[in-house]
Amino acid sequence: MKLIRYQDPELAAWQPINRLSSLREEMNRLLDGSLAAFTGNAGLFGGWSPSIDVHQDKDTIFVKAELPGMKKEEIDISFQDGMLTISGERKQESEVREGENFRSERFFGRFHRTISMPTKVDADKIKANYKDGILSVELPKAAEVKAKQIEVKIS
Amino acid sequence: MKQQLSTTTERPVESASRLPAWDVPPANIREEHDAYILELEMPGVNKSGIEVTVENNELTLVGHRSDLETKGEVVYQESRRCDYRRSFEIDPSIDTQKIVAKMEQGVLRLTLPKAESVKPRKITVGD
Repeated sequence: MKLIRYQDPELAAWQPINRLSSLREEMNRLLDGSLAAFTGNAGLFGGWSPSIDVHQDKDTIFVKAELPGMKKEEIDISFQDGMLTISGERKQESEVREGENFRSERFFGRFHRTISMPTKVDADKIKANYKDGILSVELPKAAEVKAKQIEVKIS
Repeated sequence: MKQQLSTTTERPVESASRLPAWDVPPANIREEHDAYILELEMPGVNKSGIEVTVENNELTLVGHRSDLETKGEVVYQESRRCDYRRSFEIDPSIDTQKIVAKMEQGVLRLTLPKAESVKPRKITVGD
């Protein structure tokens, strides 16, 4: 008889995605660090992809996205089927500009990112806040997930 | 070559694996009628975390992140989680006494006014 350790199917599905996307990020970082220095434009290879961090504690999942220089109204957040989507458009100021651009490294335009949550969350209680160019989203874990975490004392 | 190798190996091991101490923020620079406008993206930095210094025609901008403390354990991380730093050589025609800095939603905007002597001016023809 074989004993296989139980793994939450959602967690198992998360792992490969996690690894794959971190590999992609590492590749991007490599390109950003060397090639972008020569071209002077990090957005040249496929537009804007804001950095996202995910943290969690016992009760909550914290998502942070770096979105400098936006307005609250320009950011859209949606949650569906365990996937959190952050999208929006950063607009260049509409004022007419006289004079010359010497350097344009900032990216303007649309972005779209979707990430899957490591556990079930209570979709009705998701909160978001935008400060200092950082979008913070708090997703409380679903009650059924919390119930599984029963503390066992060894006597 | 031999010399180069020896200096590399002598360096402590940690320095190679350590994360970079500074991140270089992306910048936009444009010229306006009477000033240059410099914009830098520093998400996670607020007004009090900004240091602007001018020394020997070198403008240095440092941004200290105020969001480095996080709750819980890391599940996934893409941001570099370090402070920002970038230097620019500035033209002598800039009036460094009148540089204005503004911080808004993680974007630092500096207005570098041109000195009176180099501003384009209109001269009217007298009779």
